[in-house]
Amino acid sequence: MKQKFNIITSTCIPLPLENVDTDQIIPARFLKATTRDEKFFGDNLFRDWRYNPDGSLNKDFVLNDPKYSGHVLVAGKNFGSGSSREHAAWAIAGYGFRVVVSSFFADIHKNNELNNFVLPVVVSEEFLKELFDSIYADPKTEVEVNLPEQTIINKATGKSEKFEINAYKKHCLMNGLDDIDFLVENRDKIAAYEETVSNR
Amino acid sequence: MNTLFDKIWDAHVVQKVEEGPTQLYIDRLYCHEVTSPQAFAGMRARGLKCFRPEKIYCMPDHNTPTHDQDKPIEDPVSKAQVDALAQNAADFGLTHFGMMNKKNGIIHVVGPERGLTLPGMTIVCGDSHTSTHGAMGAVAFGIGTSEVEMVMASQCILQARPKTMRITIDGKLGKGVTAKDVALYMMSKMTTSGATGYFVEYAGEAIRSLTMEGRLTLCNLSIEMGARGGMIAPDEVTFEYIKGREYAPKGEEWDKALAYWKTLKSDDDAVFDKEVRYDAADIQPMITYGTNPGMGMAITSNIPTTDGMSEVEKGSFEKSMQYMGFVPGENLIGKKVDYVFLGACTNGRIEDFRAFASIVKGRKKADNITAWLVPGSWMVDEQIREEGIDKVLEEAGFEIRQPGCSACLAMNDDKIPAGKYSVSTSNRNFEGRQGPGSRTLLASPLTAAAAAVTGVITDPRTLM
Repeated sequence: MKQKFNIITSTCIPLPLENVDTDQIIPARFLKATTRDEKFFGDNLFRDWRYNPDGSLNKDFVLNDPKYSGHVLVAGKNFGSGSSREHAAWAIAGYGFRVVVSSFFADIHKNNELNNFVLPVVVSEEFLKELFDSIYADPKTEVEVNLPEQTIINKATGKSEKFEINAYKKHCLMNGLDDIDFLVENRDKIAAYEETVSNR
Repeated sequence: MNTLFDKIWDAHVVQKVEEGPTQLYIDRLYCHEVTSPQAFAGMRARGLKCFRPEKIYCMPDHNTPTHDQDKPIEDPVSKAQVDALAQNAADFGLTHFGMMNKKNGIIHVVGPERGLTLPGMTIVCGDSHTSTHGAMGAVAFGIGTSEVEMVMASQCILQARPKTMRITIDGKLGKGVTAKDVALYMMSKMTTSGATGYFVEYAGEAIRSLTMEGRLTLCNLSIEMGARGGMIAPDEVTFEYIKGREYAPKGEEWDKALAYWKTLKSDDDAVFDKEVRYDAADIQPMITYGTNPGMGMAITSNIPTTDGMSEVEKGSFEKSMQYMGFVPGENLIGKKVDYVFLGACTNGRIEDFRAFASIVKGRKKADNITAWLVPGSWMVDEQIREEGIDKVLEEAGFEIRQPGCSACLAMNDDKIPAGKYSVSTSNRNFEGRQGPGSRTLLASPLTAAAAAVTGVITDPRTLM
């Protein structure tokens, strides 16, 4: 949490599936915790894909493949669809991911990642496909994610793309600030707003 | 030239953060037990009190068992989470409708039925189906737990302004076609990401003709197209529904509120970022065959084949077919079903029970079916009994359980076993959603009832 973000260079873990929903990222039965224990959520990231029904490791799932490691998850389009559970973002952060790369993110999950200092990087379909190809050709393929410059580079091919993030959120990520600090500081403005609408 | 969404959003802007999001004032925060404990913990760690505790309503719904609610919850982890909500509400001075309280139920069923959800409001909850409340003409959307904490701390949230989309459905809905079918049809056309980034307003003759319950079902499912929220301009149907409800304005307050609510519609020259039109005549009773809600089809159709799909699409599709035990191109009519679930914030309202009862009346539950009929709230339960629907269901061999989210996401004991097929009126057919290995087919209460009495997937129109 609140790990300041600048430039990250890392190998990647490829998950070339579309519409990965938050029920897969963290199944509902792990939502009963009342604390924000990132290790617990990280341990259960993609639980039902990572483990067989008998509890043994599913050797076919990418997180269990020793070839792949790193702080960057690369996933197919519409990542994080479905439930608003922030536990999904806690699981991703808890596992050690700092960046998720996809061509498209679901809205609520994208906000949840940002609020947990995990950077969602939206790239073009072409960039994503090439990155998957690079990773499969060489699992040691690195990407460089540069938040100040808002660029991502596939170091295997040299291909680079700009990504979008609003200036406010970028400032928060780079300085370890969160929205609650900001909102509590302007409670006066909120009370003044309430005065203007008291007759609505 | 403003849209309905613009009017409500603009009226709630406290300030626009430079090169950043909007600080939006929130009229209602609903809290359930699953997505709130870490927000309360955050408030404590920061030494904060809730800024406007009177605008926050709490109730457990996800973990609640659907039987013996008067006894302690057997699962100690579920019990701890439900107890934590009661304690947090007490500590922070918030309204709490606990289990066995007559006002308890699924938060998205209770809000509208108690008159807590009103037109023109901004409403949030740590739950993606908060979009439900948009049916009353509110801007309502689901948020994460950090955002729940923001609203507790400041009654505000920082949000990027979404784009606007209007979906117009012209014409009249056919026999056996419900709001659920309309939603499943739209998802099948738009996919689960087709409306991501947008706030949707539903319009057109088919939408206007829906009852309040139907509109709540439709808006509930907006998130399944990826939409930030969905809404319907309030009209006489809305006003009639709200009038006299417990927390709704009364007397002079009512007159004043009504005058304001009548201004809540998109101007004739309003410009949406995107317009989509469908014809009601094209919509049939629907069912899903895959593992996301966009994988739906008319119940009489065949599952698509992989022709023309890209490699990544094909990989996802085949994984889904393997999970469901279906073959691309096959027809589902006559397939054996194991479980039927009627309920959830999608279809746990009185009209859904009326629809289900209309099919099972005079018939019997099929022997191979385990049926879970779960009212969305105690108020719905009471209506079921007042209208004698309980008798119709019991004579057909069904029992009514106690209210809660239940098998929609199986956080309580109501889990569909691995490999079993469930025709469900809930909102998601994701892998493992109704229990590890469960296979969910989303459908309307009519289609669920047809499966419950025949034991197989059946077009409900053949029983009407």
